[in-house]
Amino acid sequence: MDIQVRVWRQSGPEDKGRMVTYDVKDISPDASFLEMLDVLNEKLILDGDDPVAFDHDCREGICGMCGMMINGVAHGPERATTTCQLHMRHFKDGDTIDVEPWRASAFPVIKDLVVNRGAFDRIIAAGGYITAPTGTAPDAHATPVPKPDADAAFEAATCIGCGACVAACPNGSSMLFTAAKVAHLGLLPQGQPERDSRVVDMLEAQDEAGFGGCTNMGECTTVCPKGIPLSLIGRLNNDYRKAIGKR
Amino acid sequence: MTDSLWHEGDPIADTAAPDGPIETRWERRTFAAKLVNPANRRKLTVIVVGTGLAGGSAAATLAEAGYKVRSYCYQDSPRRAHSIAAQGGINAAKNYRNDGDSIYRLFYDTVKGGDFRARESNVYRLAQVSVNIIDQCVAQGVPFAREYGGLLDNRSFGGTQVSRTFYARGQTGQQLLLGAYQAMERQIGLGNIVMNARHEMLELIVVDGRARGVVVRDLVTGEITTDFADAVVLASGGYGNVFFLSTNAKGCNVTATWRAHRKGALFANPCYTQIHPTCIPESGTHQSKLTLMSESLRNDGRVWVPRKAEDCGKPAADIPEEDRDYYLERIYPSFGNLVPRDIASRAAKNVCDEGRGVGPGGLGVYLDFADAIQRLGRAAVEAKYGNLFEMYQRITGEDPYEVPMRIYPAVHYTMGGLWVDYDLQSTIPGLFVIGEANFSDHGANRLGASALMQGLADGYFVLPNTINNYLANGPFESVSPDDPAVVEARTQVEDRLSRLLAVNGDRTVDSFHRELGHIMWEYCGMERTEEGLTKAIGLIRGLRDEFWTRVKVPGTGEQLNQNLEKAGRVADFFELAELMCIDALHRAESAGGHFRAESQTPDGEALRHDDEFGYVAAWEYGEVPTLHKEDLTFEYVHPSTRSYK
Amino acid sequence: MAVSGLLLVGFLAMHMLGNLKIFFGADSFNHYAHWLRTVGVPLLPEGWFLWIQRFALTAAVIAHIAAATVLARRARRARPVRYVHRPKVQGSYAARTMRWGGVIILLFVIYHILDLTTGTLNPVADPEHPYRNVVADFAPGRWYVTLFYTLAVVSVGFHLRHGLFSAARTLGQRTPRGERLVRAAALVLSVALVAGYLSVPFAVLTGLVD
Repeated sequence: MDIQVRVWRQSGPEDKGRMVTYDVKDISPDASFLEMLDVLNEKLILDGDDPVAFDHDCREGICGMCGMMINGVAHGPERATTTCQLHMRHFKDGDTIDVEPWRASAFPVIKDLVVNRGAFDRIIAAGGYITAPTGTAPDAHATPVPKPDADAAFEAATCIGCGACVAACPNGSSMLFTAAKVAHLGLLPQGQPERDSRVVDMLEAQDEAGFGGCTNMGECTTVCPKGIPLSLIGRLNNDYRKAIGKR
Repeated sequence: MTDSLWHEGDPIADTAAPDGPIETRWERRTFAAKLVNPANRRKLTVIVVGTGLAGGSAAATLAEAGYKVRSYCYQDSPRRAHSIAAQGGINAAKNYRNDGDSIYRLFYDTVKGGDFRARESNVYRLAQVSVNIIDQCVAQGVPFAREYGGLLDNRSFGGTQVSRTFYARGQTGQQLLLGAYQAMERQIGLGNIVMNARHEMLELIVVDGRARGVVVRDLVTGEITTDFADAVVLASGGYGNVFFLSTNAKGCNVTATWRAHRKGALFANPCYTQIHPTCIPESGTHQSKLTLMSESLRNDGRVWVPRKAEDCGKPAADIPEEDRDYYLERIYPSFGNLVPRDIASRAAKNVCDEGRGVGPGGLGVYLDFADAIQRLGRAAVEAKYGNLFEMYQRITGEDPYEVPMRIYPAVHYTMGGLWVDYDLQSTIPGLFVIGEANFSDHGANRLGASALMQGLADGYFVLPNTINNYLANGPFESVSPDDPAVVEARTQVEDRLSRLLAVNGDRTVDSFHRELGHIMWEYCGMERTEEGLTKAIGLIRGLRDEFWTRVKVPGTGEQLNQNLEKAGRVADFFELAELMCIDALHRAESAGGHFRAESQTPDGEALRHDDEFGYVAAWEYGEVPTLHKEDLTFEYVHPSTRSYK
Repeated sequence: MAVSGLLLVGFLAMHMLGNLKIFFGADSFNHYAHWLRTVGVPLLPEGWFLWIQRFALTAAVIAHIAAATVLARRARRARPVRYVHRPKVQGSYAARTMRWGGVIILLFVIYHILDLTTGTLNPVADPEHPYRNVVADFAPGRWYVTLFYTLAVVSVGFHLRHGLFSAARTLGQRTPRGERLVRAAALVLSVALVAGYLSVPFAVLTGLVD
């Protein structure tokens, strides 16, 4: 199939950036979206142009490194699918596809479609962990965890930290990301001792990073490749209210 | 001929390993090792390269112990290392099922599974430590699968007869890695780890015979910097991407370990590569990587190809039962579809070589769930494999409930790596190597659910104990940036980058990588022959020369330049590829992931030659590499032939 | 946001119930309006309750607007560069129109006070006979008033549909089942309020109330 892509090109953080149109010919419908960009880049290199920079690594939907706005939708039109797992068969011959980087002041553009998501790491560093230095652990069976809690914690823990929630949120909020970690750890008995400080510290870090506030629009969960449910934000709010109440 | 390809040097031995009863070797080693006073630890710095299960857990643990840690990864966050993609599970000899498992049995299975090419001492320690890993991960909040009673669930994995595999649905690697990552982030928040994401190690700095630092490139700005420490830990993963197509992440590379190898660290058993039988086949020339489908699919799926080559083009449904060849069930009646990875992979290759493969290019075999759906019902199959079926459909556009899946083997894991002693120290003092980057525990073949176990064993429990013994001699004299060794390492990096940019030829880096991958897959893949390997060495050398005269790397070194990154990695893959072929050529036996066509039994099974090849092949870098043999002795598990008929 | 919003929702519900008195005739309605001034008597002097309520509501409105402004400004700061290609957000119409809907509602409230509280914009403006004021307001000849009123009330409906759910979320509603309940309740309450409020002008328009 032949398609046209309009890609955001920005040579560096200081550059203003612009959309540039490219023709990509003879793409297999079985190719992934990133493989389509690979083909484009091979051509650009041989033509003496600068290839399009984009983040990617595992290409199997789990590392969370890839991510771009495809026709204005984070990770593109397929639900519960990362960009690397999106295939060209979901587009039509002759389509024009717009590709842009995640847009958030907390995710500054480094080059083209590559953004800096270090803010997510800072949120985790502020409290997204259970303090359990190596060697201190009791036997794994010392504390049984009810299966429903373990399953719910797992569901929250499947977040891949790709940033699609922020990119899609009209407020540029990272609430779903933070809520997923707060829920994962807060649902487990091991996570109880730090439950209050965790939610307060993580929210503080989130605000400091310059993310917007949550207005429960639900855009985040719609684009989330792992389907992290919006209800986790309620759980975070609940934890936060209780934590503040105890102060 | 062979003399021109390699020399044989002096044998080596692992002098760090204690002897005596195997059950107490680790305890005796940790007791004998020197300790570092807690107050002195903060004066000692350790560089850790890589943030996967091994690197992440090591960095966190060393920082918790009080050392200053500086950590590097090429990804944008330590959470993205490729350990995250491991699906199946992690083994531990907990014997929670009371099914006769024990440390000794896990040790036994691993030594045997590795086809008697691993060290008994290391494997025993791995099995011992495995139980602590599960405790540690649960304490961190890793959400392992649980039963209704609230206790941890276990499953049997990869054909073992005991249920010792802990898992978190199909995302065990992700959950374990996030545990290590969070522990690491905690230490980053406390200022004990300085994390440098989007940085790539391009050279090791060796001063006065000790590993003292690294040369790194900031992948965002292109700036080249040096970093000095009292010890360097490499946790940079495996080299499966030498095949271009593999289940590894696109960025996985050999550069860190290869640069260390060039600086004097021995590289052991590079030819041992694991080819996983259940991957989604290539769909065309655009293919950039291969995706693994969990091995568990073989528990219910039946593998077959058409009996007649002329049926291969037909839709599967049009091929009647009598014209189907369920070849694994036919050849291995007792294990059937559950034979170990290496055997299933080679059998698939054989039927495809006979022209009976299905799908694009005839490179695929069917994995059929029709019987399972009939027997268990669609709902039951969906409950067990739903997410895998979805993944398959997402990638191929085919519905596996209606048409059989197509699968083909793909490179998945590399058992070889830098040679390390019992302390996980390489032949360069102060350079430690952990996880997939070292060679130590899996021998010639890794069992399912053992990679996660080894990575975390090394990072959480082994290295943090053994490195003390080395660091107790420190802090070492500070390194001057003007030290000739530093200047040399830095210049080497700068020169190499300029050379890559200066060629300005007419072929892309990827085109070379793809071609190298073809050569490796063809001649150093599932089946190797003397003739093929010899040919491959010639082809690799030719292609490497062409690379250095025709490659085109756009842009400059002073910016984010993903093609420059790739070019450097591919340049190192060329050198590694040659050593892999030499290693495969010299090892004229079949063992685990290394199958030499000349060494097979009359019915086509792998034939080991323990007397001749019962050693670790540790290679020293040189124009012509030098082979150092480390003899393997088996006091507990006596070598026998693996049979799955 | 959530607390001030809920306070305002409570007022809306009471206000609507009061409005419905109109269907019991002029006396009943006028009596209700007078009663409002005497609530709390003799504990409070006459009219005090109303003023307390007005202060509380004004404070709630200010807090609500202030919070909304902070959120809107944060959102703008969080995404200084907009997307070139941005289809409508995929969430509900209600969620997406909170801010502009809020502005419409605010404008209406100002008009509404000038109309029926101070009487500045009312054609009758008889403080003793609120019933007449209302009937005069929605006279068929003044269709544009009814139209504006309707638009504002429908905006309130949409605003509440998302607002009620969002408030529950912010206050910690966290189960999927609860979410379904809250969403359903928000819808029912919004529809009930819209229906209740709209019943008055349409009753006047159709001559049911005169």
